Amino acid sequence: MNSKLIAAAVLAGIAAPVLAQSNPVAQMEGEPWIHDPSTIVQSDGRFYTFGTGKGGLVSSDGWTWASGPVRPGGGVAPDVIKLGHRYYVAWAVGGGGMNGGHKSDVKIMWTKSLDPASKDFGFHDVGTVASSDGFEINDAIDPAFLLAEGRLWLSYGTYFGAIRMVELDPKTAERLPGNQPVDIAIDMEATALLHREGWYYLLGTHGTCCDGPNSTYNIRVGRSRSPLGPYVDNFGVPLLKGGGKLVWGSNGRGRGAGHFGLVDLGDGVEKFSFHYEADMDRSARSVLAILPLTWKNGWPLGQENLRPGTYEIQSERGGALQLAVDEVRLPWSWTGFGAPKEPVKPVPDQTLEQNRTVWPLGAIAVDMGAYQVRPNQHWTIEPVAGAGGWFGAPYVKIVIAGTSRALAATPSGDVVAVPQFTGAPEQLWRIDMLGDGTYRIIPRNTPDPMKPLALAAVGASTPRLVRFDPASEAGKWTFRLP
Amino acid sequence: MIRTSRMLAAACAMLCAAGAPALGQTAPSLAPYFTPAASGATGVDEDGFIRRWMLLEPIAKPNRTNQLFTSDYVRKAFSEDRPTSLSSKLPTDGQTMTHKGASLTWHALDAAQWDAKLFYFAAAYGKPTYGVIFWATTVVDAPRDMPDSHLAVGSNSASMWWLNGKEAAALFGDRRMVMDDVVSPALGLKKGRNVLQGAVINGPGLSDFAVRFVDGKGQPIRDLKITLR
Repeated sequence: MNSKLIAAAVLAGIAAPVLAQSNPVAQMEGEPWIHDPSTIVQSDGRFYTFGTGKGGLVSSDGWTWASGPVRPGGGVAPDVIKLGHRYYVAWAVGGGGMNGGHKSDVKIMWTKSLDPASKDFGFHDVGTVASSDGFEINDAIDPAFLLAEGRLWLSYGTYFGAIRMVELDPKTAERLPGNQPVDIAIDMEATALLHREGWYYLLGTHGTCCDGPNSTYNIRVGRSRSPLGPYVDNFGVPLLKGGGKLVWGSNGRGRGAGHFGLVDLGDGVEKFSFHYEADMDRSARSVLAILPLTWKNGWPLGQENLRPGTYEIQSERGGALQLAVDEVRLPWSWTGFGAPKEPVKPVPDQTLEQNRTVWPLGAIAVDMGAYQVRPNQHWTIEPVAGAGGWFGAPYVKIVIAGTSRALAATPSGDVVAVPQFTGAPEQLWRIDMLGDGTYRIIPRNTPDPMKPLALAAVGASTPRLVRFDPASEAGKWTFRLP
Repeated sequence: MIRTSRMLAAACAMLCAAGAPALGQTAPSLAPYFTPAASGATGVDEDGFIRRWMLLEPIAKPNRTNQLFTSDYVRKAFSEDRPTSLSSKLPTDGQTMTHKGASLTWHALDAAQWDAKLFYFAAAYGKPTYGVIFWATTVVDAPRDMPDSHLAVGSNSASMWWLNGKEAAALFGDRRMVMDDVVSPALGLKKGRNVLQGAVINGPGLSDFAVRFVDGKGQPIRDLKITLR
């Protein structure tokens, strides 16, 4: 073996474990098999999404999904919006290159419940709201709703030419009389629409789908002050000329990201649903995924969940989360500020064993203090198998690094570090990334997951579980590598 | 650009060379995407895009998937399906040629939009729209030497471009249209005539291309004249 081969072998040996630690899709237990998931909506206390083909997925927590929803009509890439007491479903029949053609109709129907067991379940036809004749420069598939400023919009189209926008009656979802489609982009698939702070955002997918781990699908965005455009990307390239800012693409063990859908969890917490063309941990099948959505300079940007690892947990108020124990000083003798008289050498960090000499045996209070790179300030975070999750974020345990001493919520709303992680609900946490890139930390046993208690700096040194307030910095945290 | 899962049906379309639409569809015609090229020279558009082209009716080249468009595949395809007369002289409007047994005609056209929509060009002449190779030529008349000129190309799907006989830009893989997708190194348009040739290959996609020259700052070069001779 020559030197190059040896080098290659070494690299291969290194690369494999590194990749194995790359961000796992690690999402969505149950049966997350779907392509082109529609915007997730809540009906009868559960969450629904529909995909290409028949049926869809349902979940009670946004983490464990099951098949079962019923959507007549088949076809491709539906979208769902709730208007009043009705769930309107738009879907496409024909087109998409199927049978070699692009003749298609976007149809709409409604039901008062998405739960097939409900007495209110039953679809009623609204009719066709957009069409393509098979030759014109549009393929009327992949519809997406947006209700904004009292008006109802529907985008549709695919790689075959133009993405178009039509306006619907917000009371009936019928096409407004006399409304003509407007071209707003080209060569996208699975579009979605957002309205935020005076901007209209058109999201869509570039790349190639449906090729498993070779799919190149990636989600792009442009924005406009008008729903009818012109939409441009962050380089000023019109979406009518192929522009689009990247929002999310392949990541970790997920390959090819497509079909954006906004997941608004309230409290200013936004995530986005989409499908990975291939979950490399699940036979490269197409799966539902949900990840954090942040905003940077007025542009949406997808994010990973917090990767498992050991972190300093820093409050926006300035303190580091820590065991409230007596300080164990590092050995040190004052020798002045001048040049050292002895040879310069590294000084070792304090070890866990040195630090824990002062720890009580039972539960230890947790407070915040100036970060000093001490073992009582380092927390290891990792998902707990079988513990579930909440909208794309797994429940994690938070333990002092090198120990099983776990952060736990108390009935009084305080937090302590119990000696041993047991998997009890009060020892499980969900970590939501917020729109500005900071995080909130929520105990699993919060009474209302949609209006949760969260760890907050109620004092400069005091963390406590209080109702999360998005307008306050107190409940925001960052995770920094030691 | 194509959804690969829908390739089988599309493959039928390409092999069947389906140029004619079904009943109820828009009738194929050059309008609204092309008009016959006017005589004389024309400028580039306000964004610098070249709209006057001599286009050859498509050469049938069935492709199972656009994911095949590796550099080796595309170079080989363009080498094998390059019109033999292209190296010696520029084609003229209405000139016909026989390539692998098929009679093909060159057409002098002005694109109505910033991009040349080859799919509709092929359909207008009743030619295959999927699984095809298109050839295009034009002549760029520069008012002076422009050493800091760059060729900026977008195409659906893969394409290659040659300026004055030298390779200037190549777009491999399953490309979708985006303006200025690939920008060449400084090519140096010379004062006077510069011959630009290009080829686009596609499977079941909406073939088109868009070409302009930009300066070192990415700004369009607008004071160019375009002829076909």
